[in-house]
Amino acid sequence: MDIKYTKDHEWIKIEDGTVAVIGITDYAQHALGDLVFIELPKLGAQYKKGAYFAVVESVKTAAEVYTPVTGEVVAVNTALESDYDLLKSDADGWIAKFKMTDAAELAGLMDEATYRDYVKTAG
Amino acid sequence: MKTTPLHAQHVALNAKMAEFAGYDMPLYYDLGVLKEHEWVRSSAGLFDVSHMGQVAIKGVGAQDFLQSLTPSSFEKLPINKAKYTVLVNPDGGIIDDLMVTKTGADDFHMVINAGCKEKDIAWIKSHLPAALEFTYFDDWALLALQGPQSEAVMRDVLGIDLSAVPYMGLWYRDDTMFVSRLGYTGEDGFELSVPAADAPALWTALLADDRVKPIGLAARDSLRLEMGYCLYGHDIDATTSPLEADLAWVMAKDRIADFAPPHRKRVGIVLLDKGIAREGAGILNTEGIKIGVLSSGGFSPTLKHAIGQGYVPSEYAAEGTDVSVVVRGTPLPARVAKMPFVQPRTKK
Repeated sequence: MDIKYTKDHEWIKIEDGTVAVIGITDYAQHALGDLVFIELPKLGAQYKKGAYFAVVESVKTAAEVYTPVTGEVVAVNTALESDYDLLKSDADGWIAKFKMTDAAELAGLMDEATYRDYVKTAG
Repeated sequence: MKTTPLHAQHVALNAKMAEFAGYDMPLYYDLGVLKEHEWVRSSAGLFDVSHMGQVAIKGVGAQDFLQSLTPSSFEKLPINKAKYTVLVNPDGGIIDDLMVTKTGADDFHMVINAGCKEKDIAWIKSHLPAALEFTYFDDWALLALQGPQSEAVMRDVLGIDLSAVPYMGLWYRDDTMFVSRLGYTGEDGFELSVPAADAPALWTALLADDRVKPIGLAARDSLRLEMGYCLYGHDIDATTSPLEADLAWVMAKDRIADFAPPHRKRVGIVLLDKGIAREGAGILNTEGIKIGVLSSGGFSPTLKHAIGQGYVPSEYAAEGTDVSVVVRGTPLPARVAKMPFVQPRTKK
């Protein structure tokens, strides 16, 4: 499946051409360390491209999770609240699904090879 | 960036490294911060704290000099016992907090914060009477072994019987190893001061025991926060007096009057629901008016909820006072709480 990546270490999968499924990458999770809290968005909430819609907190720090697309939250992975390790799962590690208003906003996101290079240069 | 004599050991252990006070230090190892925290509370954790400064003052009048730099009295402190205190400036603000061990009637060894080393040394030297000798142990390392298994590990691995050493007591061997029964975690444990060249072998020997795991600075911070201990530059600094910081217990009674009566006080804060409030979060009263700011805050791995410290006006400092703390614009219900948050298990 075609996965896109942001410079802030979110991954985005597109379902049915109109729904963006968003999670955070292994790199981001490793950098954060053990998670102790996740703040999830509310169903039906609207977010503009670039806004943060969730917060993942480790013992040391809080990291905001940004959406690269404008849209409405149509699904929230509430299972994460009781199992932070689920974030590591490729299939079940998503945070929220957005109904996109403009799929053109996906242009400019990185593909997997580009993201890998980006992470390498990020150290 | 500066490194400690154990830097190669941290890298070999695949530690997640980060800058702290100009040093490249281990934040956590393979175990991860939560399990490291629990390991210290249940077994024995080994920390490299060699970035901290070790200095000594000796000579006739050293005790009087130390009593002029701090608001404490060392007259009744027995030889080979340590005392926690603060260096204060003429305005009554805290320059640093430190552990002072009396190694002789006029002979004191001190451990100062990494980030304050240069400032402290300059301050002490600028006031040092000519008759006193000041030493900076730049080429010494400091390891901390903390947790309920520490005494047994010291006996089994190093052959050192510390069972008779009381809390805050000092044991030493020649001029090659100084062991103090104290720490920054609230557990029984020791700090081991050795020449830098001896540190790698000591580190490796202790870690070879199954009861010992390496612990990074992230867990050191969550462990000390559960104890309500101050972190310099966060919970105390040059703008806070020892009375405001609730450190009257380190002061000599006849010195308290030297300081202005405090209008605010450092208190413990517990969050009552989910969410984590960190340093800088505003503290509100029940009317929603801002009354203070968190100086430290984070998740307590032992209690499984967020805790913190902050300064509030004295009328809000009573245990049980309802407040809220602002996290990303939302006030979360919280309460002023007694510190330590978790019962210490240091040796009596």
